[in-house]
Amino acid sequence: MGLNSPSLVRRGLGRFKSLLANVRIQVQLEPLPSPSAGAILLASVAALLLAVAISSVIFWAYGVSPLRAWGVILKGSLGSTFALAETTRRAIPLLLVGTGLALSFKFLFWNIGAEGQLLMGAVAATWVALFSGLPGPLLIPMMFLLGLVAGALWGLIAAALRATLKVNEVITTLMMNYIAADIVLYLIHGPWKGEQKWGFAYTDTFPEQAWLGTIGNTRISWVTLACGLATAVLLWFLLMRTRYGFEIRVIGANPEAGRLAGMSYTKAALLVVSISGGLAGLAGVGEVAGVHHLLRHPQQISLGYGYLGIIVAWLARANPLAVPLTAFLFGAIFAGGDVMRVALGLPFQVVSIWGGLILLFLIASELLLRYKLSFSFGRLHPRAGVASCGCGPSGRLEEQGPDSTSYSYGSR
Amino acid sequence: MEFREICKRFPGGVVANDQISFAIERGTVHALLGTNGAGKTTLMNILYGLIRPDCGQILIHGQPERIYSPRRAIELGIGMVHQHFRLIQSHTVVENIILGLRGMPFFLPTRRAEREIRALSERYGLAVDPRAKVWQLSAGEQQRVEILKALYRGAEILILDEPTSVLTPSEVDELLATLRAMAAQGHTIIFITHKLDEALRVADRLTVLRDGRAVGTLPAEEATPEGLARMMVGRDPDQLRSTLRLHRHREPIEDGLKSRSSASASATGAEVLVVEDLWALGDMGVPALRGVSFTLAAGEILGIAGRCRPRQRELAEVICGLRPAKRGRVVICGQEVINISTNASAGRRGGKSRCSPRRIAELGVAHIPEDRRLGLVDSLGIDANLILKSYHRPPLSRGILGLIDWGAAERNARRLIAEYGIVAPGPRTPIAALSGGNRQRVLLARELSSKPRLIIAAHPTYGLDVEATEQIRRLLREERARGAAILLISEDLDELLSLSDRVLVLFSGRVMGELRLDGADPAVVRERIGLLMAGVAGAGSAGAR
Repeated sequence: MGLNSPSLVRRGLGRFKSLLANVRIQVQLEPLPSPSAGAILLASVAALLLAVAISSVIFWAYGVSPLRAWGVILKGSLGSTFALAETTRRAIPLLLVGTGLALSFKFLFWNIGAEGQLLMGAVAATWVALFSGLPGPLLIPMMFLLGLVAGALWGLIAAALRATLKVNEVITTLMMNYIAADIVLYLIHGPWKGEQKWGFAYTDTFPEQAWLGTIGNTRISWVTLACGLATAVLLWFLLMRTRYGFEIRVIGANPEAGRLAGMSYTKAALLVVSISGGLAGLAGVGEVAGVHHLLRHPQQISLGYGYLGIIVAWLARANPLAVPLTAFLFGAIFAGGDVMRVALGLPFQVVSIWGGLILLFLIASELLLRYKLSFSFGRLHPRAGVASCGCGPSGRLEEQGPDSTSYSYGSR
Repeated sequence: MEFREICKRFPGGVVANDQISFAIERGTVHALLGTNGAGKTTLMNILYGLIRPDCGQILIHGQPERIYSPRRAIELGIGMVHQHFRLIQSHTVVENIILGLRGMPFFLPTRRAEREIRALSERYGLAVDPRAKVWQLSAGEQQRVEILKALYRGAEILILDEPTSVLTPSEVDELLATLRAMAAQGHTIIFITHKLDEALRVADRLTVLRDGRAVGTLPAEEATPEGLARMMVGRDPDQLRSTLRLHRHREPIEDGLKSRSSASASATGAEVLVVEDLWALGDMGVPALRGVSFTLAAGEILGIAGRCRPRQRELAEVICGLRPAKRGRVVICGQEVINISTNASAGRRGGKSRCSPRRIAELGVAHIPEDRRLGLVDSLGIDANLILKSYHRPPLSRGILGLIDWGAAERNARRLIAEYGIVAPGPRTPIAALSGGNRQRVLLARELSSKPRLIIAAHPTYGLDVEATEQIRRLLREERARGAAILLISEDLDELLSLSDRVLVLFSGRVMGELRLDGADPAVVRERIGLLMAGVAGAGSAGAR
């Protein structure tokens, strides 16, 4: 009888099937009360690694060896003082936007509009620098102030709509990004078009006093860096130690309980969105006053910081103290993306792909954190009657009333 | 059918079913008794295919069967009526019954289904209008729809999980009669309950579960309430007494009388809550409260009875300031908190006065919400939850920045944990890790520790075990003795009767009647309340004699 004999195969299959019929693999999804810090870290790292793996496939598809690509990226983002400086420079707007979004997400206000708030901050700063006619020393403080206000107001429009008419803020904030971008486009092509730029769509360069000071040879402006780090600490303090932060946490975790406790959603939303929008606006000021020194095409100003800030905040699990770390990580990714483009000829969009993949896997890993998959094997012999399993003496039963919601738990 | 050594262990180490074995005879009503948490629902979920057992087998008509899904269970002739109905409110009865049936042609044969449903209705005495929309039906009628749903799919074995918890006394009688009739026609009925009385009335055989084990199975002739209670809770005399008290119909008022007579001295007569002509809209825009009026004095417990859970919740919400009233007046401790009058000539300037929930709480009002999840934040710790209502005031919060003194919060938490007997690893334990009874204790600790003058308790013992239930009732009695006024909202008639001094019955948002309970004959009161709950006006008066 040859190995390919059909009857042998059939018999083998038959035996396999009867084996399957008797073996029962039970997969259960058990909810976990709250994930430990270690679990969260593990899940985040796993998400990152998965994103790295898939990006490697993309590199390979482009004809670039993944190992070489990662080597180049690592060297370009962390391998030298210049590289570190560039990484930090990239990280600053992410830090500002990220801390604001961390607060916003804690409150469950999904502010997707950081991009637009950033741009409006940039617009306000440009106005102060070029058209306000203020004396030199006042320029930078006013730029910061008005940039913050502009960003805050831009966000508050969506917050007001949410608080009064229950309009979903994801849609309003997202759409307002496009409005902001178009406003910038209008300004740089129209009334604010620079006279000295020979037809290019820039505004004039800002006067010297409106330039932010940098650290040494790098392009890092120390003001915004300091602001960013201070904000991370201050927001953590706000959240954990003050009553306003307490309200934000309670309403974010359980809005009904907040209502029953007499907390005002509107007041808390006002605070959260002003801070979140204001910080994004500050990031815009930093970009326009520290990097470009003029207003140009919106995509070159914001560079997707508003959207990447969402991932930064999420990766930090909406904890303001963790945002500097995740912002730095993404700064490295960003700087690495530059290097990728220049040294390897890959399109800059690969950075966006990478960021998107990370976000996707992070959200997916949430499921792993909230639930545990458990497998149990048991053999059931219908004829034999009793199966053996690990049923020991019964322990004390806890009553589970209407608090357990998963159907596989059930109420007993 | 037969259960053979069924066990089920849930993750976390909880053993819900431990080697359960017993048999059920065809054409009988078999009652499954046990306290909350004994494992009854798990066992039935296993039978219905919602959960798979870890070991053991189920035999149906002598054949071992693997029931891996409800669909398989239905094929085997098993139907289940859940405690919380799984009906789609906006659809008609017919649509609900034929929902999910296999082999339905593209153009739904609703007319044919209607005819068949009417035939089934007649045969089993389950009167319901097939064309009616489910939201228009009463709880009893909705339950009939659930039963018809199972029968339409050819159920021979019918499982009913705590079916009487939402019914008025007369509806309960109807249901029990219907079940006996169905058994006579050859169906097998499995009746899950924790109420000894009903089980004894309707069952041919009873099985008692305790802590996941089948303690015993006996025919109804051999069963006595005491014997059953002993099987349900073991030999502990206190627990025994509590169970008998909680699970029997006839005792509560006498019990309540005993505690009332000792506490009657505390009723000071000062009016704490005055409600005048209160109107409010429900969630669907339909008027929920229509001209509700009553008063509540200090040292008194007023029970609100009514079949409609949402109505009762809306009343609580309006008084606490969480839901706007459309019309009416509410005065708490002499302070007018709500005054909406549509008639400008009523003396005020087209009066609209409405207090915020926080202001009302500051007047000394405590609110125990009906859904525990609404009152507590799961992800935060016990200390945070305990200061949910007082965090904005000194000593917990100081200065413009509003810094919260977490040290004080922790000390407060430790004190209350000891005082109220909350079982928890520490004051910072997240609420999500606590059991239902302990969560309720946290809630009570928060609300009662401020020595409120008015307590609005909505279904405070829902879903809790015997120990927690007793503790909470004791706490409420203590509060009454202290001089607080308590508005007790509960769908558990026994609880209302055992705790309240007076009972107000709501039907369709109106006050149908008020009954005073001291010196009352339990049977008469129960009947009167039943009639009022069913909407029969004039059956109640200020005193039940």
